Amino acid sequence: MARISLKVNGKSHVVETDPTTPLLYVLRNDLELNGPRFGCGLSQCGACTVVLSGKAIRSCTFPVSAVKNQEITTLEGLGSVAHPHPIQQAFIDEQAAQCGYCMNGMIMTAKALLDKNPHPSDADIKQALEGNLCRCGSHLRVVRAVKRASGQTQKA
Amino acid sequence: MATSAISRRQFVKGAGALMVSFSFFGEASRLLAQSESFFAGDPQATTLDSWLSIAPDGTVTVFTSKVDLGTGVVTALSQIVAEELDVPFEKIHMETGDTSNTIDQAATVGSRTIERGGPQLRQAAAAARQQLLVLASSSLEAPVEALVVTNGVVSVANNPAKKISYGDLIGGRHFNLKIAATGTGWDMIVAPDAKAKEHKDYKIVGTSVPRVDLPPKFTGEFVYTPDVRVPGMLHGRVVRPAVVNSKPTNVDESSIAHIPGVVKVVQEGNFVGVVAQTEWSAIQAAKTLKVTWSTPGTKLPANRAELDDYLKNTKSFRERAVANKGNPDTALPQASKTFEATYRWPFQLHGMIGPSCAVADVSGDKVTIWAGSQGTFNTRKQVADMLNLPEKNVRVIYRESAGCYGRLSPDDVPQDAALMSRAVGKPVRVQWSREDEHGWEPKGPAQLMTAKAGVDAQGNLVAWDFLDRSLPWTTTGMVLLASRQIGMKPKAQGNPNGTDGGGEIYSVDNQRVVAAAIPWLHPDPTPLRTSNLRAPGDLARSFASESFIDEVAAGVGVDPVKFRLKYLAGNKRPTEVLIAATQKFGWQERPSSAGKSTGPIATGRGVAVANRSNTMTAAVAEVEVDKRTGKVIVKRVVLAHDCGLIVNPDGLTNQIEGNVIQGVSRTLMEAVEFDANGVKNLDWATYPVIRYSEVPEVDVVLVNRKDMQPLGGGEPSIVPVPAAVTNAVFDAIGVRLREVPLTPERVLHAINARPSAARVA
Repeated sequence: MARISLKVNGKSHVVETDPTTPLLYVLRNDLELNGPRFGCGLSQCGACTVVLSGKAIRSCTFPVSAVKNQEITTLEGLGSVAHPHPIQQAFIDEQAAQCGYCMNGMIMTAKALLDKNPHPSDADIKQALEGNLCRCGSHLRVVRAVKRASGQTQKA
Repeated sequence: MATSAISRRQFVKGAGALMVSFSFFGEASRLLAQSESFFAGDPQATTLDSWLSIAPDGTVTVFTSKVDLGTGVVTALSQIVAEELDVPFEKIHMETGDTSNTIDQAATVGSRTIERGGPQLRQAAAAARQQLLVLASSSLEAPVEALVVTNGVVSVANNPAKKISYGDLIGGRHFNLKIAATGTGWDMIVAPDAKAKEHKDYKIVGTSVPRVDLPPKFTGEFVYTPDVRVPGMLHGRVVRPAVVNSKPTNVDESSIAHIPGVVKVVQEGNFVGVVAQTEWSAIQAAKTLKVTWSTPGTKLPANRAELDDYLKNTKSFRERAVANKGNPDTALPQASKTFEATYRWPFQLHGMIGPSCAVADVSGDKVTIWAGSQGTFNTRKQVADMLNLPEKNVRVIYRESAGCYGRLSPDDVPQDAALMSRAVGKPVRVQWSREDEHGWEPKGPAQLMTAKAGVDAQGNLVAWDFLDRSLPWTTTGMVLLASRQIGMKPKAQGNPNGTDGGGEIYSVDNQRVVAAAIPWLHPDPTPLRTSNLRAPGDLARSFASESFIDEVAAGVGVDPVKFRLKYLAGNKRPTEVLIAATQKFGWQERPSSAGKSTGPIATGRGVAVANRSNTMTAAVAEVEVDKRTGKVIVKRVVLAHDCGLIVNPDGLTNQIEGNVIQGVSRTLMEAVEFDANGVKNLDWATYPVIRYSEVPEVDVVLVNRKDMQPLGGGEPSIVPVPAAVTNAVFDAIGVRLREVPLTPERVLHAINARPSAARVA
């Protein structure tokens, strides 16, 4: 067990945990942040995505001890139902989900993309999201939502 | 005070979790809905208060066993209730799938929720509105006929100043009104005498109300099953053998002694699980624990050929003739030309993105389960049977899972959690690993379909003979994994894998369509245990029958749309969706295939039509086939859809887009691989599903029938997709694929092995 300091969504936390624990379980079970989700534990599906120092990473295989001083942003760090982030608002406007279980990964990956490339093409968006699996088939709406969040017109 | 079977302690804990999950709803309705004394005993279908309650602020809480599986159906049901009561949509709050406060309207399955559950709620609401008018009449001293309702406020039509709100009329109090209710489950008829609105007066039904569940799903505020936390909760994981009848001959607990936080290795009968303080400890312990299993007494088929032998040579336990007229046996030999083909559908995964999860709290002889089950009443029975408790001692509270497409009709994990909770005397949360889920989810059944057809000298279709041989479903009343492992005997045979989709939509003089249900490979659950998977049975049968009619049309040199229209014989609804889809696509009449293409890429178009649960669909697909690699890309799918009166057009469009995309995925790339020892694809790398780069453009055409009752939209639009795609591939390259998935290897092999037109006798 080790005491580990984390900066998550702008707040500092100290958790007592096995340092090999993947970040996902610390975020979910110690900090009770439900945004990042367990999907595979294998970095294959993207449901667990968080943004670490500006990059979208798979928290299900990322040891908490490797975070060090880097800043973590989870879905909760973007906004809330009362005050949604523009990306979250765009997903609401496009009704871009069915079950929504994978949407944490879609939104956090889109966040990292838009921070780097504020005006992505459809091809850029698809490429960024290629590693995120959605079983319900909401892909088309997600692409539209990310496009909308970037302030670009909807017509391709 | 407490009249329900649930103890105060359990109630408070349950309510706590509920409070977290729906904190964005009004607190007043919450407290009313959850008040322990509100229900005196089990809810009864003949009591209006069992269906809905109205808070002083006018919030309407509706109690239903129907649940949202991520399809948006609860938003649509809310629209139906708001419409009938004349209250703003925002005033509706749905309490779904809690066995302690809902009537069992049957599980949320089969695209029947809007069709059957909708009228039940609508009629309850109509009965409530009628009673509210009676109360208002007395309060406002005006006859009922003189009253109008706007936004939950009753007023006198010619004197609008005289008014009273629903909240003031009944808020927080019982209706104490008996209503008529007969039948059970989805066949239950509720308050048939209550006069419901006419469709022409609808203002909320028929509009694209945004889904209530989506905003919190985009912010992390939504509470799915895996997010339920109760005080003192521990984490469990299962350790499964190759097949369920293996015995753990040795469990070496020292193998996990170095893992911190392990609370207990739970071994009961053949069930093995690990409970730990933290999720990560449970994961590591389950992975590391050394268990020696006895050699399983059963072997699975080693490959598809062995499976086909089993399907062909095993006596069916039920055969249903979906169509049976004339005599195909005498008509076929007399035909000028006959066609014969065999089609194969593989085992496929439901592939929930979030693996199965449940929380169980077994406290003495009282049990609370939080689960994503499609039928919480079924889960209640299964858990009660396993623990040998009366059903009333078990409360199952629904929490949404990842989309499950039928997988949580038999929900195994509540039993795992219940066994482990009982063993440690504390609440336990269990989530399966990805490997557990791929390996042990009940698979969509493999199917083997044979078809024969005959045409006369003029090319008229005169005989049609279609046989599907399919493995069955695990469903209501089945003995699930953990129950079997602790020694419960498998009781039932399984349910047949649906019956429709074998070409009975066409009118042919001599026609036989038979769905044969073949028993499980083994009565014990194996990794190839099977269950209902989205549009179960129909999807594969339609793949076969809609491919086959295409083969016949091509064989007689007729355009495939024209050929279909002839044998739809004026049947209005399928005819109109077919025409709607082809018009939107810009279909040009000509026979398939398209003829020789130049260059490495061939393009083609294909069509299919289907009836699932009385919803009519037609798909037109456009594909590109790379003749060098065999890679198929679906460029565009037009899907026309008629599910009667449309409740929520955008919600429906969203469902259809999802069905089409999942359908393309299942057609192009999905098959469970197996050998005699089990399932080989245990992760997403070995069981690929569609990604962004492969998703087609989807054009949805909604056919709205305002003269009809609403029908289901959760499954039907996946049904025509595989055949439309496969027919388009034939159109492109002139090669007929009769087995899904259309992997590059399979397509390339077929190209090299041509000609492959249906055997012409």
